[in-house]
Amino acid sequence: MIVAEQKPLEEIYGFLNGARKVLIVGCKECVTVCQAGGEKEVGLLAAALSMKRRIEGGPPLEAVEMTVQRQCDPEYVQPLSGPAADCDMVISTACGVGVQFVAEHLKDKWVFPALNTRFGGGSVEQGIWEERCGFCGDCVLHLTGGICPIARCSKSLLNGPCGGSHDGKCEVSDDIPCGWQLIYDRLKALGRLDLLTEVQPPKSWRTARDGGPRKVVREDLKL
Amino acid sequence: MTAEFEPKIVAFCCYYCAYSAADLAGTMRLQYPPNVRLVEMPCSGKIDPRVLLAAFEAGADGVYVAGCLEGDCHFLKGNLRARKRVARMKVLLDEIGLGGERLEMFNLPSSGGPRFAEIAEEMTERIRRLGPSPLRPPAGDKGSEPR
Amino acid sequence: MSEPAVKGASASELKSGSRLERLLGEGHFVVTAEVGPPKSSSSKGIKDNATLLKDCVDAINLTDNQTAIVRLSSIAAAVHVMSVGAEPIIQITCRDRNRIAIQSDLLGAYSLGIRNVLCLSGDHQVFGNHPEAKNVFDLDSLQLVRAVRDLRNGKFVNGEKCRFNPKMFVGAAANPFADPFEFRALRLAKKVTAGADFIQTQAVYDLDRFRAWMDAVRELGLHEKVKILAGVVPVKSVAALRYVSTVPGMRVPQELIERMAGAADQETEGIKICAETVAVLREIQGVAGVHIMAIAWEKTVPEIVRQAGLLPRPVPEAAV
Repeated sequence: MIVAEQKPLEEIYGFLNGARKVLIVGCKECVTVCQAGGEKEVGLLAAALSMKRRIEGGPPLEAVEMTVQRQCDPEYVQPLSGPAADCDMVISTACGVGVQFVAEHLKDKWVFPALNTRFGGGSVEQGIWEERCGFCGDCVLHLTGGICPIARCSKSLLNGPCGGSHDGKCEVSDDIPCGWQLIYDRLKALGRLDLLTEVQPPKSWRTARDGGPRKVVREDLKL
Repeated sequence: MTAEFEPKIVAFCCYYCAYSAADLAGTMRLQYPPNVRLVEMPCSGKIDPRVLLAAFEAGADGVYVAGCLEGDCHFLKGNLRARKRVARMKVLLDEIGLGGERLEMFNLPSSGGPRFAEIAEEMTERIRRLGPSPLRPPAGDKGSEPR
Repeated sequence: MSEPAVKGASASELKSGSRLERLLGEGHFVVTAEVGPPKSSSSKGIKDNATLLKDCVDAINLTDNQTAIVRLSSIAAAVHVMSVGAEPIIQITCRDRNRIAIQSDLLGAYSLGIRNVLCLSGDHQVFGNHPEAKNVFDLDSLQLVRAVRDLRNGKFVNGEKCRFNPKMFVGAAANPFADPFEFRALRLAKKVTAGADFIQTQAVYDLDRFRAWMDAVRELGLHEKVKILAGVVPVKSVAALRYVSTVPGMRVPQELIERMAGAADQETEGIKICAETVAVLREIQGVAGVHIMAIAWEKTVPEIVRQAGLLPRPVPEAAV
C-alpha cells in the first residue's frame, strides 16, 4: 500500500490563508490503514484547524468533512463537486495520487495536500511501516528470494552487497538492514545461492520513473 | 476582577477501575472538586482522540482520561492504547495553541477512592492555574455543539 | 572474445600497457598509494604529493568524491599526476554518474593517457556534504567492472562497437573484514568473473583475519586470476587507532592499541607498525602488492616503503 504521513499542523494551517470554509476529503484505503488520512484523521484535522483558528483570533473556520472510498478513481471523486462548490479551498488527506485526481476534477478549486506521500510498503508491526517496492516496472523478486534489491538496498545494487554492509546493517543507518544480507540469507535458506554467482547485467530503467511518467493500458478492459 | 474562574473539567473514566474508584470515593464521603464531570467508558482504550478534541471545542478547560493501572487493564492493553493516544493529543494540543498541559492520563486501581479524589483535586488546581481555555464561550453562552 | 592472461604476459598480451599492469605481470610486489584531491580547483597539492610519491610507489589512486564530498575530479587529478611523471589510477563510483557519463569519462580518460581504473559502488551521499543530492547508481560496481572490460574489448554497454576504444587495466575493491566470510569470498569471485584485473582491499590491521580470508581466496584459486593488493593505513596516534576500531567492519587487535599507547613517539610508531605490516603482507602467498592509504599524511609513504624494504621501485621491462 502507499504509506504517507501527515504534514505538520502548522504547514497545513498555513495553506488555509484566511479561508472561511474548507472541504477536507479523506480516503478509506491506504491512508486509513496507515492512519494518516482516513475518516478519523479527517475529523481530527478538521477540529484541530478550526480550534487553532479560533485561538489565533481569526474568522471562524467551517470545515466540512468527507471521506470517500478512494480518491484515485474518478467515480468516487465526482460526488465532491457539490460539497466543494461553496468552499474556499479543499484539503485532501489522500496520497499524492488522490490529491491530483481531486484537483483534476475540481478544476477551479485549490486542492492542498495534507500528507507527505512516502513510499510503497507495508506494516511490519503495529505502528511501523517500511518501504518494500521500488516501482521499477521490471520485477526481479524471483531472482532474489522475494526481497527487492531496488527498494531495500540503499544503492539499488543488483550485485550487492557493497563494502559498507556491516553486521547485516546498511552503512546509511543501523536501522536499515542490508538488503543484500537479507537476500543472501534467504537464498541460502532456499538452497539457491547459485543465483548470486551470475553477474546481473545493467538494469533497464526505462520501465521505471526514469523513462518518464508511466501508463498502463488494457485494451481488453476498455469499453 | 470578576468572579474567580471555576474550571470545567471532563474526566473519561473506565468502568473497571476509574469509575469504581469514583464510586468508592463517594461511598467514603471523600470531598473532591465539583468541577469534574465524569464520562463512563467500558475501557480507557475506547477513547477516540476526536472526542478529546470535541470536549475542548465544547468549552472544557481541562480533560483527563483515567484507566486501570498498567498491567491490570481488564481488556489487557486498553490503557496502553489510551496512554499513547493521550500523549499524541497533548502534542496536537500544543500545536493547536491550546496547550497539552490541559490534557492528562491517569492510572489508578478500583480500590483507589482517595486517589480518585486526589486526581480530581490535582487537575482542577492545575487548570485553575492555567486559566480558562481560550475556546471557552463568552459568559452566558452555553457553548458550541460538539462535532 | 578470449581474455589474455595477466600473469607472465608478454608485451603483445598486455591489456592496457600500464606500468602497474606490467610490474604485476612481471611478478613484482607492487606498491600503490592514494591521494585525495582537494575541495577546490587547486592542483598544487596533487602535484606536490605526486612528486613526493612517484619514486616510491608504482601508481597513485585518485579518489572520486570520496565520502560523497565534492572534490576536484579524479580524472582531472590524474592529469595533474601524469604532468609530474607519475602513473595514476582513477577511481569511478556508481553514485554520481549514469552509464552514459561513465562511458564518456572512460573515453576521455583514455584519450588523456590514463590506463588504470578502480571501480567502486561509492559511499552513499548521506555521508557527504550534499546529502540532499539525488543518487544515481545506474550501474553497480560489478556492472561497472564489466563495462570497463567490455570497452577494452571494443564494445559499449549497449553492444555498439567502439573504435579506438579505451583499454584500461580494471580494478575493484574488496573488504576481507565485513560480513559473513563466505559472502565475501563469493563476492570476490564474482568480481573476477566480471573481469577485475586487480583488487585493492580495505586497510589490514588484523593480520590473522586477513590470513584467513586469503586462505579462502586461495582455495577458490582467485589469487591466480586477479592481483590482490592489501590495503594499509598508517595511524598517527592511539586515539586514531581507537577510532578505527569503532568503524563498522574494521578489526583492530588489542595488542596493536597497547603498543601505540605505550610508544614514546606515536607518529614514528605508527609508521613503523605500517611498514611491519607491509613486510608481513609481502610474505603471504597470493598477495601481489600493497596499497598505502595515507590520506593527509602522504609524506610518510616514502619512509614506510623504505622501512618495508621495497626501495628502489622496479622499472618495467622493455616498453610495449
